[in-house]
Amino acid sequence: MLTPTTRSVGGLVIAGLTVRYGQVNAVNDLDLTVRAGELFVLLGGSGSGKTTLLRAIAGFVQPQAGRIALDGTDLLALPPHRRPVNTMFQSYALFPHLTVAANIAFGLRQLGRPRAAIRDRVAEMLALVQLEGFGDRRPHHLSGGQQQRVALARSLAPNPALLLLDEPLSALDRGLRAETRSELVRLQRQVGTTFVLVTHDQEEALTMADRIGVMRDGRMVQTGTPAEVYETPANRFVATFLGAANILPAIVRPDGLTLDLPALNATVRAAVPGAPGPVLLALRPERLRPGPSPGDGANRLDCVVVDHAYAGDSLTTRLRLADGSELRMTQSLRDGLNATPTATGVSMTVSWQPGACIVLRE
Amino acid sequence: MTAATRGGWFRPIVLAVPALWLLLFLVAPLGIVLLIALAEPADGVPPYRIGLSLDNLVTVLTDPLYRAALLLSLKVAGISTLACLLAGYPMALAIARAPERWRNVLLLAVMLPFWTGFLMRVNAWIGLLRDNGWINALLGGFGLGPYRLLYTDTALYLGIIYTYLPFMVLPLYARLSRLDPVLLEAASDLGAPPWRAFLRVTLPLSLPGVAAGAALVFIPAVGEYVIPELLGGPRAQLVGRLLWEVYAANRDWPTAAALAVVLLVLLLGVPALVLRLLRRSTQ
Repeated sequence: MLTPTTRSVGGLVIAGLTVRYGQVNAVNDLDLTVRAGELFVLLGGSGSGKTTLLRAIAGFVQPQAGRIALDGTDLLALPPHRRPVNTMFQSYALFPHLTVAANIAFGLRQLGRPRAAIRDRVAEMLALVQLEGFGDRRPHHLSGGQQQRVALARSLAPNPALLLLDEPLSALDRGLRAETRSELVRLQRQVGTTFVLVTHDQEEALTMADRIGVMRDGRMVQTGTPAEVYETPANRFVATFLGAANILPAIVRPDGLTLDLPALNATVRAAVPGAPGPVLLALRPERLRPGPSPGDGANRLDCVVVDHAYAGDSLTTRLRLADGSELRMTQSLRDGLNATPTATGVSMTVSWQPGACIVLRE
Repeated sequence: MTAATRGGWFRPIVLAVPALWLLLFLVAPLGIVLLIALAEPADGVPPYRIGLSLDNLVTVLTDPLYRAALLLSLKVAGISTLACLLAGYPMALAIARAPERWRNVLLLAVMLPFWTGFLMRVNAWIGLLRDNGWINALLGGFGLGPYRLLYTDTALYLGIIYTYLPFMVLPLYARLSRLDPVLLEAASDLGAPPWRAFLRVTLPLSLPGVAAGAALVFIPAVGEYVIPELLGGPRAQLVGRLLWEVYAANRDWPTAAALAVVLLVLLLGVPALVLRLLRRSTQ
């Protein structure tokens, strides 16, 4: 039953969805398509509407406008208990009066499955989350990580077409979180169920997602693969929310190959699609390197070292540009910190390849 | 002087106050009642002779008069407890799920009767229930009645349920208000329609509140004296009334004391049994 399959169920289409709390539009005219079998991550800060969107799909909030369809079935016409959608809650919401096995069996009982089938499926789910032998325990006798796995097993047991996960890793401590991340991805591949996972953690989103949807103020700002969203962010918000970015005001020259940085009295080479005019130039700190670049055609800027932040595997240097604005440069310490970093106040040149330029229109 | 040495005399004194209180007002009276229950009846003051006789206890347990009163008391208290539970559970649930700013107002409404004396409220029921009372006046407006309500079992049950309902609602509310609403969402998410979510999640998690409420209603209702005396009919010979009769009218202190002892054992035993059954069913 758990053979890795590409399932054809679990395709979600949301159109024009609006959820209003009083005067506030928590979700605002939102469109989203999630493909069957993918692990889709909704990323956003608090108040971005990502949890409200999840609750609207589950049926716990009633939208004022729009459509939610799962494999062509209108979900909004169904009460929560009739939707082929299960949720893994942020607090896990395990039933404290029931054993682990009874928690996992809860959804199967509602489906009216025969007793033997329920027992087999519970055993299967316990094996899936590596909790064999824990069936008779009560949830509060388990560790946080074990509770998390019970919650996952419980929500997957009825074999939903779509699984919603609300910050599934936020209650775990840091060390366990990284490990659970890959475990969750492995599990998703194994069962093939469509996952829609909500998080505010950009690293979680980048490492786990097949595709990411970045939300802000109840709207979907951008959707795409982690690489697409990171390499070609749609706007300044996405560029700074997903990873770090240095943002410099710039003007596209009519040739479409050069940017002027008026504040710095400098010119930068970059391939710029679209019309000339004012834009923002975003530079990832890790794409900058110290000193004039060995290659031809590299861009460079002169600046002064402000300070360094040593993070073990990397060194981030704060630099001041001619106009007083700051630039961050992150160097990977692949070979360890083998030289003393340039002292504060010393002039320095940073360079980068034209391909590292991200041009933002808004 | 260090904290430890100060604790040396402070602690025993703090603990001695409740210990002394319990000794004076619980252990000592119980001892006296037990002593009288084992004594022999006698003419004189006091109307008993200290002894070690089990006759009184045997009489209370075997004489049909006492047994009937005990059984009737258990029955009336049991039915009243069940009625309080059926009426009180929806009330407690409604208050627990009401918007937060309404909750305290509703709780106050439940407790409001305590602002008035108990005897006054029972007397008010007499005014409502008697043959030419308010209820019969209202029914008469529809061309019904008058019905005999006062001094019947109806009046007895009405009085007990009315009086003890808050003792059921409050512990139930305390339990239900702490129930995490996300558990109901989880039940619904897993396919349980509202009524099944109630049966599978809300009800089992509220059982400790049910047990507390049931004990708070059942125990005083068994020994209730005032309500059967003022509202009940002559047939409502509950154990409280009988005990008073034996003690005051017959001046048979040893039998009355034996009845009190049996009642006490019953009241400790029945809830303990219920609690044990409940605990087993939730485990």
